[in-house]
Amino acid sequence: METLDVVEKVAFNLLRLAVIYLPDDVKRALQKAHAEETSETGKTQLKAILDNVEFAEKYGAPMCQDTGTIIFYVKAGAKAKDLDKVEKALIRATKRATVEIPIRPNAVNPFTQKNSGDNTGRLIPYVNWEIVPGTDTEITVLPKGGGSENVCVMSMLVPGEGIKGVKKFVVDAVLKAGAKPCPPNILGVGIGGGSDIAMKIAKKALLRPIEVPNLDPEIARLEEEILEAVNMTGIGPMGLGGKTTVLGVNIDYAYRHPASYPAAVAFNCWAARRATAKISADGTVEYLTHKVEVK
Amino acid sequence: MAVYKLKTPISEEETRKLKVNDVLYVSGTMVTARDQAHRRALEHFKQGKSLPINLEGLAVFHCGPIVKKKEDRWTIVAAGPTTSTRMDIFEDEFIKNFKARVIVGKGGMGKRTTEAMAKYGAVYGAFTGGAAILAAKAIKNVRTVEWLDLGMPEAMWILEVEEFGPLTVAIDSHGNNLFMEVQKKVEENKQRIYQKLGI
Repeated sequence: METLDVVEKVAFNLLRLAVIYLPDDVKRALQKAHAEETSETGKTQLKAILDNVEFAEKYGAPMCQDTGTIIFYVKAGAKAKDLDKVEKALIRATKRATVEIPIRPNAVNPFTQKNSGDNTGRLIPYVNWEIVPGTDTEITVLPKGGGSENVCVMSMLVPGEGIKGVKKFVVDAVLKAGAKPCPPNILGVGIGGGSDIAMKIAKKALLRPIEVPNLDPEIARLEEEILEAVNMTGIGPMGLGGKTTVLGVNIDYAYRHPASYPAAVAFNCWAARRATAKISADGTVEYLTHKVEVK
Repeated sequence: MAVYKLKTPISEEETRKLKVNDVLYVSGTMVTARDQAHRRALEHFKQGKSLPINLEGLAVFHCGPIVKKKEDRWTIVAAGPTTSTRMDIFEDEFIKNFKARVIVGKGGMGKRTTEAMAKYGAVYGAFTGGAAILAAKAIKNVRTVEWLDLGMPEAMWILEVEEFGPLTVAIDSHGNNLFMEVQKKVEENKQRIYQKLGI
């Protein structure tokens, strides 16, 4: 099979897996939250979420009607062939997925307000490239919902305040977001780099399973500390009150300019969808995030 | 917390029985309307034009569904709620003019809507955000679609539903607003959190 066809098939499967099957780590976190929730209304919401996740799997239908803006992360092996064809294949897969899964057409021209109808348009689906050694190509899809996207924030903090400033920034972001991003949420936090880099690494941090803490024990502790703090807000599932507002906090960072302290929070809704597969040079495909069978 | 099962058309009297935190299931006719449909409906009202459907006593759903057409028949694939705050600028006039009794969405609505609900007798039922299949399961039939020129998410989908829910009554017709109550508590917790983090 040609590279174009293989990539298209894999990307289509990834889109299907992502929008129908919630990753196991998120499912487990929701189950735990349901078991521990003390607010009756909060418990009702979590039960509805868990029922919904189960029905989506059973009927093979997208768990949420907002199947998001389609974002790809490609780790391209420097020695993989036909890399110039990958983007074209991802666009084809997105168009096919729109009709065949189906997923909701979510790409709108910001000037004419016209919906393209097929989830593609200028720079959409967006592809984040990373060149890695070897011949394998790893593709991840992140269908990113609009409700949680609307509360993502980036700020240039005061360097003198250091990590304290970050803690306040993240807590304030959660307080301000309230019910809007469909809590319980997952937070990607990006620190340093520059204004664009902070948000880029914040969003990419959403790809890490929430059960996997940061490799740096000090940052892992900060993730725990922020998680505990934001769950004291009482916002709760769907903002109707309760113990669980956030399921996990994933932090990543880059070195900063001495005069700047950029920080960003990328929110993901409870329908924290992602799927990854690896394509080897010989065309074999391994789906890394999902154990369900793919054709 | 009581559980209610209501059938459309829902009367003002039935609506007034509901209190914040009650759980509600709706059967009958439910109509989707997002920003564009709200805007157009109010424009039609201003111009003295009637709507494609009389909304009195019905449930209005803030939702942009995924819909599939199979042999001339529409079927709902997924239909969770969208964020209701965007409709806050329309909803008071909407309730006043069209007398819809149950507004379904996520994220809650503000003071203007809360006041209109108290005045004209309507409630806001919070449906779990993203629970699109749970919603789709309760939608038994797509009766028709109006204003499809607005696009699939913004069109007015006229749905027949059976025990659509659970909806948490988050704004009742007595001026109570659960989201605002939670917000107040959250504000009180803020200082405690700052203290704990040493900020």
